[in-house]
Amino acid sequence: MFAYVVRRVLATIPVMAVVALFVFSLLYIAPGDPAAVIAGDQATPADVERIRQSLGLDRPYLVRFGAWLWDILNGDLGTSIFTNLPVSTMIAQRIEPTLSLMVVTLILAISVAVPMGVVAAWKQGTVIDRAVMAFAVVGFSVPVFVVGYLLAYFFALEWDLLPVQGYTPLSRGVWPWLQNLILPAIALGTVYIALIARITRATMLEVLQQDYIRTAKAKGVGQAGMLFLHALKNAAVPIVTVIGIGIALLIGGAVVTESVFAIPGLGRLTVDAILRRDYPVIQGVVLLFSFVYVLVNLAIDLAYTLFDPRIRY
Amino acid sequence: MLRRDLLAGAGLAAAATALPRFGIAQPAQARVLRYVPHANPGNIDPFTNTAFVARDHAFLVFDQLYGMDEQFRPVPQMVQGHVVENDGLLWRFTLREGLRFHDGSAVRGRDCIASIRRWGRRDAFGQVLMSRVADMTEESDRVFSIRLNRPFPKMLEAFSKVTTSCLFVMPERLANVDPFQNITEAVGSGPYRFLRDEWNPGSRLAYARYADYVPVPSGTTSMTAGPKVAHFDRVEWNIIPDASTASAALQSGEIDWWEQPTADLFPAFLRGANARNIAVDIINNSGLIGIFRPNHVTAPFNNPAVRRAVLTAINQMDFMTAVIGTTGIEARRDLRREGIGYFAPESPSASNVGLDRLQKSIEAARAQLQAAGAMGQRLVLMNATDLASINAATLVGADLFRRMGFNVELVSTDWGTVIARRASRNPLEQGGWSGFFTFWSGVDHWNPASHASIRGHGENAWPGWPTIPAIEAQRDAWFDAPNDAAALAATTEMQRIAFEEVPYVPTGMYYQPTAFRRNLTGMLKGQPPLFWNIRRA
Repeated sequence: MFAYVVRRVLATIPVMAVVALFVFSLLYIAPGDPAAVIAGDQATPADVERIRQSLGLDRPYLVRFGAWLWDILNGDLGTSIFTNLPVSTMIAQRIEPTLSLMVVTLILAISVAVPMGVVAAWKQGTVIDRAVMAFAVVGFSVPVFVVGYLLAYFFALEWDLLPVQGYTPLSRGVWPWLQNLILPAIALGTVYIALIARITRATMLEVLQQDYIRTAKAKGVGQAGMLFLHALKNAAVPIVTVIGIGIALLIGGAVVTESVFAIPGLGRLTVDAILRRDYPVIQGVVLLFSFVYVLVNLAIDLAYTLFDPRIRY
Repeated sequence: MLRRDLLAGAGLAAAATALPRFGIAQPAQARVLRYVPHANPGNIDPFTNTAFVARDHAFLVFDQLYGMDEQFRPVPQMVQGHVVENDGLLWRFTLREGLRFHDGSAVRGRDCIASIRRWGRRDAFGQVLMSRVADMTEESDRVFSIRLNRPFPKMLEAFSKVTTSCLFVMPERLANVDPFQNITEAVGSGPYRFLRDEWNPGSRLAYARYADYVPVPSGTTSMTAGPKVAHFDRVEWNIIPDASTASAALQSGEIDWWEQPTADLFPAFLRGANARNIAVDIINNSGLIGIFRPNHVTAPFNNPAVRRAVLTAINQMDFMTAVIGTTGIEARRDLRREGIGYFAPESPSASNVGLDRLQKSIEAARAQLQAAGAMGQRLVLMNATDLASINAATLVGADLFRRMGFNVELVSTDWGTVIARRASRNPLEQGGWSGFFTFWSGVDHWNPASHASIRGHGENAWPGWPTIPAIEAQRDAWFDAPNDAAALAATTEMQRIAFEEVPYVPTGMYYQPTAFRRNLTGMLKGQPPLFWNIRRA
């Protein structure tokens, strides 16, 4: 097991190298010139060229890539072209809101979606099952920003229960922190709840047909115990897989959700950086997201062994 | 205790923790002004960052040698006064006593000189000044002089300008930074201190009232002139890129002031409960002027006759209706304005010469196009869809060009790509472009000094690169104009030439409303949003 974990961690290195090459190349060929953005409207072509040189944007592709890679290997993500702040500082400023949003969304989604899926499978063909499936279809179909605007309209404007926008750090208290995250987490989590609920239901339906479930029933195991201890544990592997895959959905959705609720997270940082062609920031954030995704996949693989003892690495 | 009692108690306790947000915290909140600017400043250097939002930030932090009142007259601000000697070739300025930067150091003549030098490298007005400066000398801590090799009558207009790249005074150590590199700290001597530790780029900027600020002892506060008295302990800028969210935040009272509500959302503030709590007004009386910039170095707009045909066809009201709509506000029943020439209509540079070229006639334009041999020619129009006003104007323009008889190819992209692509002077088949629509603030078109789009200095001109030496000659004449009449004569001639040569096509003007909670009073009119004089009732 330990050897497997070490192997997987080491395997992230070539993956990250490919991601780095891909990200850098994509930005290199993408249209846009940060020097022209910085120079402003009154600058002459010579001014723009001077800025381009000072930023090192006039150097050949391989030289720029090599320099960037070297800096990355030395733990330096570079400096923002526009703010002149280190990219690592900007990411550090933004990571807490995004992490908070994702954690709250994950907790909310799993704690709602898994019971929903289990109950839908248990009550297959009933009104409850149909209601869960209808919610899943709607939840999966309605865009995050639509849900966000509706929530903000009712919960913030009409009923004045929660703030419309912004983020309060956890250091200022749990409730102020949570206040700003409830609506965004529901907006972002809706599609995730729909996805997990559907998978849970489908997997549970299959497991509930198994012989050992019939045996458990015959032995007099209670309904809740049978569903959540015996059946759910055996249905867990596909569910955990979907939860892992869904983290990519969360990262994508966070970009929109952070814009709708004005949360100063990494998603907004990425969008701002793309619009301004702030290459070091884009590269840094995409690398970070890639790294997180690789780690999540590793964690999911390891989690399989907890739910299914037959799986060994 | 029953479980439900326990849960009920927990619920009440949770509710109680929320109460301070609405109750106890109120007095502290009342001393904070929460503002949503129209954009994210990006960086905090007022010279390298030519965006309006960077200027707005700078007016909080930095002070100017001269302010400008609502009538656009220069008024001493940091200086006590000046004398002009030697037939206008020597200007001597004396600073007011007690001026200090936010780091505690005194404002000295050498700081002013270094700031003028840095500004003069980046700003078009400053560049003209610097081309005439023989030397600048600090005569004492509070006195500095500028010796010219040619008179520069517009000195005070240059020092007090309120459009982008204003002359802000910063400590010498910051002003000595290469003008093509950003400064990384904002230390000024203005009424508010920039709280760098709280700066979260793209999300929030915060400012604290500068206790040692010494306002001008007399005079009337008017735009950037007169005493700058800060009434709020703290000003917070919250960057909210989504218009619906900013609208909701203003309605719920989470913010006090939204600088530029969008055309589709501000009408909601004029009705019902919103109207009781939210005021919609115009503070930027110079408006926003739309333009179509043709590319003068590629066909078909390298032919002046084709550019004039666009002038013949254009209906400015169509463009402004698409941009701002037809809803008016109390201060102005119609936010649109047509009959716009090459200078802001309220400016001392404005005239009516050439306006009869705007005939609103597609048929006449088609005939002109036919005569010029450009009927059916291909146009590549760049459209920045991430900017609502530009997108609206471009769509109207594309339709107009099609009706005129052009073969229009619309390239929809973002502003960052437009900026990059517009630098290309290549022909259309090699990635070139024919034109794009954009907006300038009215103060940019106030006089020839800051008017980049009218200039005709060829390769060094703003993308589009018109070569119109006659306009450049009149621009020079304006700088040397000894009085207002001579200045107006120069700008009138510039406009006459512009309607012949068409460096760009004016597409109209609109007034951008601002929206704020009604408990704010003392908001200053003028160009930039200003944070002194304003207070909570």
